[in-house]
Amino acid sequence: MSNAVTVSAASKIFPLARGKRVVALEAIDLTVAPGEFVSLIGPSGCGKSTLLRLIADLDQPTAGRIEVFGKSAKQARIDQDYGIAFQQAGLLPWRTVTGNIELPLELHGIGKRARRARAAELLALVGLSDFADRYPDQLSGGMQQRVAIARSLAESPELLLMDEPFGALDEMTRERMQNELVRLCAETGAAVVFVTHSIPEAVFLSDRVVVMSPRPGRILEIVPVGLGSAGNRDDGLREASGFFAAVKAVREALHGVPAEEVRADSAAGVPSGAPGAEVLYASEAPAPRGLETR
Amino acid sequence: MRAAGAGRVRMILAPVILGVVVLVLWQLAVVGFAIKPYVLPSPTAIGDQFTRAFGSIWSGTRVTGFNALIGLLLGAVFGILFAIVSALVRVFDEATLPVVTALAVVPIVALAPVLYTMFGAGAETGRQLIAALAVFIPVYVNTLRGLRQVRPVHRDLMRAYAVSSWQATRTVTLPGALPFLFTGLRIASSLAVISALIAEYFGGPVAGLGKSITSAAAYSNYALAYAFVLGSIVLGLVFYLLTLALEKIATRHSPA
Repeated sequence: MSNAVTVSAASKIFPLARGKRVVALEAIDLTVAPGEFVSLIGPSGCGKSTLLRLIADLDQPTAGRIEVFGKSAKQARIDQDYGIAFQQAGLLPWRTVTGNIELPLELHGIGKRARRARAAELLALVGLSDFADRYPDQLSGGMQQRVAIARSLAESPELLLMDEPFGALDEMTRERMQNELVRLCAETGAAVVFVTHSIPEAVFLSDRVVVMSPRPGRILEIVPVGLGSAGNRDDGLREASGFFAAVKAVREALHGVPAEEVRADSAAGVPSGAPGAEVLYASEAPAPRGLETR
Repeated sequence: MRAAGAGRVRMILAPVILGVVVLVLWQLAVVGFAIKPYVLPSPTAIGDQFTRAFGSIWSGTRVTGFNALIGLLLGAVFGILFAIVSALVRVFDEATLPVVTALAVVPIVALAPVLYTMFGAGAETGRQLIAALAVFIPVYVNTLRGLRQVRPVHRDLMRAYAVSSWQATRTVTLPGALPFLFTGLRIASSLAVISALIAEYFGGPVAGLGKSITSAAAYSNYALAYAFVLGSIVLGLVFYLLTLALEKIATRHSPA
């Protein structure tokens, strides 16, 4: 069977005003096996989203070739071989949750009853059965994103393309969504290309982590994670030593040096809450007293 | 829940109380300072005229309201059609932009005398056309803006689904433009009433509210003139509130 995704010597150059140009991607080679979970990680501007858009045929490469299941990316898009989810849920606000999940099925001419049944199935899968008739503005950000993921799964694609789908969520919701995604992938057996800028997220989810560098966007290193099959992953894994070893490996690849002092992306992503408030209090409260004594 | 209820009561009660206070002060001022009716009639005198002349106020409201309604519908239909064509055909958009901009700065009621001679002084057509022209601009501008507001994520999604451009238009563009259309319609509704009414000042048939205001004033019946003004206020409010309700329905699920 052919690879889910084959990227060979792909580059993307965006022309700017006055003859200037930005090399977003340079000489990218990457394969994703069927059923494999691959994350693309790197700092802003490293072209990870651009690479995903090339695979989705939302943009075309300036040079090189991209194949999805042995076909051109364009043909794969026309044949609806992939499902896609973006950082913004991108739900249609005038449609109910069910209506949104049904959207791709409806656009591709699936009958009403089959649509209803599939939507109900997907709603159960993402745990939103009670919200079938709500509108997107009545849901939290995490729930909207789950609807978007259900929508991307609607046509049972063999390939899922996800562009920072949890980027706008708080850390708690984010970890829960990651657990759910791992479970969904185990159940559907789809290959996933997942763009993120969170190291722990990439490590937790992936079979392999592709570390990229900016200007021009290049692949620095591909770190095999291999934390076991998707079905065995749960919250316990987040505290296992193998997890930390892989996080360290990705971090070092990302920064190019053994980086003891460099903090992981996740540290910056700690949700504001009680601990943060305490720190603020502790550092600010003594100051006036210090002034008084002087 | 209780706080929200109290807030709503206050929201309704406060302007009502203010209105009553203003009316009482107005009445006291007119009586106390013996202000002549041609300067300012008292609220009770206006109210008295309003009930006595209610028949003619009602029929005047129907005439002016009908002109405004025809204008609103006509202007809205053309505004929407032009906006769709402009959104689809770039050349058309470029050609119409200067015309629409010019139209937007013309005081459209100024066309009234010309249109009366064009359609004959006995017909309401001129007034309806004036209202339609006034309505056309905000509906056209807002609808076109709405049609251009497709979010990039929706555009990407439609491309990923490999749908035809007509399917994309029907699925994303048109429903997304509806709230904008209804906002345009709400703005236009007041313009329709104002234009239909003011157009009557420049001649034409005598059955409407605008003409009644001028003739009551001409016969020194100032309280009656104000009673007709009161009728026009009510008419304008009805148009506004109905289109506001439509707008609320159309935008109920769009993010603010």
